[in-house]
Amino acid sequence: MKTTRITGERIKEYLEKGKRFDGRNLEEFREISVEIGVSKKAEGSARVKIGKTEVIVGVKLDVKEPYPDSPNKGNLMVTSELLPLSSGRFEYGPPRFPAIELGRLIDRAIRESKFLQLEKLCIKEGEKVWGVFIDIYSINDDGNLIDAAGLGAVIALKTAKLPEYDEKNEKIVYGKLTNKKVPVSKEIPIIVTTHKIGKSMIVDPTLEEEDVSEARITIGGTIEGSLFSIQKGNSKELTIEEIKKMLDISEKTRKKVFSSIEKYLK
Amino acid sequence: MATKTFKRPDGRKVDETRPMQAKVGVVPNADGSALFSFGDTIAIAAVYGPKKMHPQHQQDPEKGTLRCRYNMISFSVDDRIRPGPSRRSTEISKITEWSLEPSLLIKNYPNMVIDVHVNILQANASTRCAGINAAAMALAHAGIPMKNIVSSVSIGKLDKNLVVDLNKDEEDWEEGEGSTDIPITMTPNGEITHIQLDGRITKEQLKEGIELARKSTKEIYEVQKKALKDSIKT
Repeated sequence: MKTTRITGERIKEYLEKGKRFDGRNLEEFREISVEIGVSKKAEGSARVKIGKTEVIVGVKLDVKEPYPDSPNKGNLMVTSELLPLSSGRFEYGPPRFPAIELGRLIDRAIRESKFLQLEKLCIKEGEKVWGVFIDIYSINDDGNLIDAAGLGAVIALKTAKLPEYDEKNEKIVYGKLTNKKVPVSKEIPIIVTTHKIGKSMIVDPTLEEEDVSEARITIGGTIEGSLFSIQKGNSKELTIEEIKKMLDISEKTRKKVFSSIEKYLK
Repeated sequence: MATKTFKRPDGRKVDETRPMQAKVGVVPNADGSALFSFGDTIAIAAVYGPKKMHPQHQQDPEKGTLRCRYNMISFSVDDRIRPGPSRRSTEISKITEWSLEPSLLIKNYPNMVIDVHVNILQANASTRCAGINAAAMALAHAGIPMKNIVSSVSIGKLDKNLVVDLNKDEEDWEEGEGSTDIPITMTPNGEITHIQLDGRITKEQLKEGIELARKSTKEIYEVQKKALKDSIKT
């Protein structure tokens, strides 16, 4: 059930006093916990929990023909499924906008940051390249699936290894991982979404807060300061001042989030 | 008998399941949820409902409806599965419904639906059995009135030998008569709510297989019951 208007009003009142229902500050994340290796069948996988929100992300590799416009680069495909298991609000059936957007947001942050080094995933130019599939599944939705999925994707990629490829038979020997890591860059893209509710700006909304969010900005960037992907969501307009403030909040948050997951990226 | 001394690839006894893990409450949003695993096969299930059935024309004024969805996560197997329903998953969804429904007092919920979502996180054969076991626990965890918790196990015949809880290597067994896969679901009283068979077997051996399933599902039932009891201890 969507958050009622009366609860929404109360959330705004609280935020104006700098408070949230769960006692956090406006710019405070919930606790992040990470588990690596959710499925032995994936070449890389991770479970990320932010408070009660939980996603799993898996990386699968396959040998494919390259796309005509990038004959010497690997293929990247990011999909997401909002499982009906994870929330009474998600229905079974073809993906709807939120699932499509989630996949695309993560895709762009990974692609534009060049975190996944696609040029190193070419086996034979114009003929054979590695195809990298990143699949995101929601397990429990209590808000902020986007940021959780972003962390999951980065950690799953970072820990992924190439499977053995049998050149002669042109087949992948699944289950036999090589020591070769999937090539990724040193700079880690982190996705942080900042929301505007009433006059307040917050990060890491719970589901209730997300329901009353009037505008959001999802930013993918590194702690070194580069930004790679931005998307504004929801229909409320933002002033230039507000955008600037959101950029600042997102930068600060990115650093905090990074330090809490840094140990999983070794 | 040859069967008793048969050596399985992973060293298990013929009537030994892989290590089982059972846990409830794995999806906080759901009205009930559970995880069940046989070794590397891991299933999670979540229950939403009973709630009003939509669309309305699907409402049944006589009794409630149980609606199950079985889904494999794309990276639960070696060759990535394309997300979305398949012919296989559609059939297993229905089989799961049929397995569970006899144990539920679903008559109490006319015009309502109980949704059960089963997802396979990691697959090494016997996924439907693990899924049914998780679903049965999730329904109990959701407080749905029920007569019993059902338990499911796959019986296999490798060449001439009967075994319980097939893993992938055994499922792909090729020596002798090859592999026969018989997933069976039972109530604790030994009533069969689901049986399938793929392969080749004689009537006598099938009877023997069912007895083996009876013994094995009793053990599984204890594991399920313990997880549910543990969840309410503080």
